[in-house]
Amino acid sequence: MREVAIIGIGETKIGELWDLSLRDLGIHAGLEAIQDAGVTGDEIEKLYIGNMSAGRLINQEHIAPMIADYAGLEGTPAVRIESGGASGGMALAEGFMAVASGMNDIVVVGGAEKMTDVGDVEAKDILSSTGDREWESVFGATFDSLYALMAKHHMDVYGTTREQLAQVAVKNHYNGARNPNAQFQREIPLKMVLNSPAVSTPLGMFDCAPLSDGGAAVVLCPVEIAESYSGKPVRMMGVGMGSDHMAVHDRQSIDTMKATNLAARRALDMTGLECSNMDFAEVHDNYTISEIMAIEDIGFFNKGDGGPATQRGDTALNSKISVNPSGGLKAKGQPVGAVGINQAVEAVIQLRDKAGDRQVDDAEYGLTHNVGGTGGSAVVHIFGRWSP
Amino acid sequence: MSIPRFWREIRQRYKGIGTECGVCNRVYFPPREVCPDCGRDSLGDMKEREISGKGKVLTFTEVHEPMPDFEILSPYIMAIVEMDEGVRMTGQLVGVEFDEVKNGMEVEAVLRKLGEESPSGIIYYGYKFRPCR
Ligand SMILES: [Zn+2]
Repeated sequence: MREVAIIGIGETKIGELWDLSLRDLGIHAGLEAIQDAGVTGDEIEKLYIGNMSAGRLINQEHIAPMIADYAGLEGTPAVRIESGGASGGMALAEGFMAVASGMNDIVVVGGAEKMTDVGDVEAKDILSSTGDREWESVFGATFDSLYALMAKHHMDVYGTTREQLAQVAVKNHYNGARNPNAQFQREIPLKMVLNSPAVSTPLGMFDCAPLSDGGAAVVLCPVEIAESYSGKPVRMMGVGMGSDHMAVHDRQSIDTMKATNLAARRALDMTGLECSNMDFAEVHDNYTISEIMAIEDIGFFNKGDGGPATQRGDTALNSKISVNPSGGLKAKGQPVGAVGINQAVEAVIQLRDKAGDRQVDDAEYGLTHNVGGTGGSAVVHIFGRWSP
Repeated sequence: MSIPRFWREIRQRYKGIGTECGVCNRVYFPPREVCPDCGRDSLGDMKEREISGKGKVLTFTEVHEPMPDFEILSPYIMAIVEMDEGVRMTGQLVGVEFDEVKNGMEVEAVLRKLGEESPSGIIYYGYKFRPCR
């Protein structure tokens, strides 16, 4: 297996982007990444696109060749990868395998989602399709409520508090305020989160990440040729994936994401590194409870210590482990199928020392964690600073 | 939901028919053809098993931003219930106020309307939970 590097990144701003179509989002991000890498169109051997639900969101399936077409890459193999909210991260895993296997040299992996062409209620209904439609949502379970059930259980079992959940949102907004591509570039006080209107108890409006439009892309190549391109390379060191029962109620423990646990273990085993080696992590904080579960299930903190660790400030920028320096899904935004690529883009920015006011000092290694549905699938990637 | 897609599962939704693994005796709902614990040893050894409909609340939430079909009920309570057979189910909890619900509360499944295709279309029924009397 060959070692893999990222040599180019691109992403659109995230938010309600009324003037941009899905096609535009994919192309803008892709062209930026290609330009950053300094590769030519002829060199690109494959394109993967992570996307959750273009079919229901904009009535367009088969979007990978469409994006390739308008990016001037017609003829290039182009495939869409779907794994709910983990579509982006799973697409990146496919790109990694294409390069690592020796099958392809230059591969572009993009992610794009257009969430705001449908109304809020419809967008949430579509998102809930990434849970178990026939045995959860048909009975009235919203996507929010499934995470609320995990949150309530986590609070009952481990004593996690409402304030600890809220602190996740406060921290991620602090980081997002330092990210020019973030949807919400403002800090928020704890009280604002605690007093936000109930969505599904114990979760309020500010416990939930927005549903956003956005596109992101990266360019991959083998480590041996990485320095022959113009973009400063970053190493992709480990990839791990996992799955679990689709319905939350079928999980061994409903306060734990086994898919995350397996994905993290597999990715770390590939690198020989441990959680203690990581300087930062971009985790899937679609809800505040999700970040608390993620930092436990990846292995940064013991089960049940995610809440207290957050409250102690152990996950703040440049503390024990900088969690979601980009602002995460909560503040940077949630273009669902693009999230995994947005996370990889942040990892590269950090490892190139280009993160400005949200820079993690002396960052050597970083981890990204992307979840599909309510934990039915998860993928973890590990990145390292370039050393020739 | 299309009529065949709903009709296919009427036995499960209306009568609570699940399966029991002939190897480890674990009960599943909805039915499975393979036991996740026993894998291929359980192939051909999964037996039909009716769920009693009685169980205990494992965890619950009050939904304020509902699914489109449930707007008229908002806010409503959703719960994960651990059935006496050990299997867990997700369903709406009715006949009780939110602040009266407690973990471990004994509940039973009842047949209720879940939604309808259109005013003249098919009506979906399925289980909800209510406190045991
Ligand atoms: Zn079994």
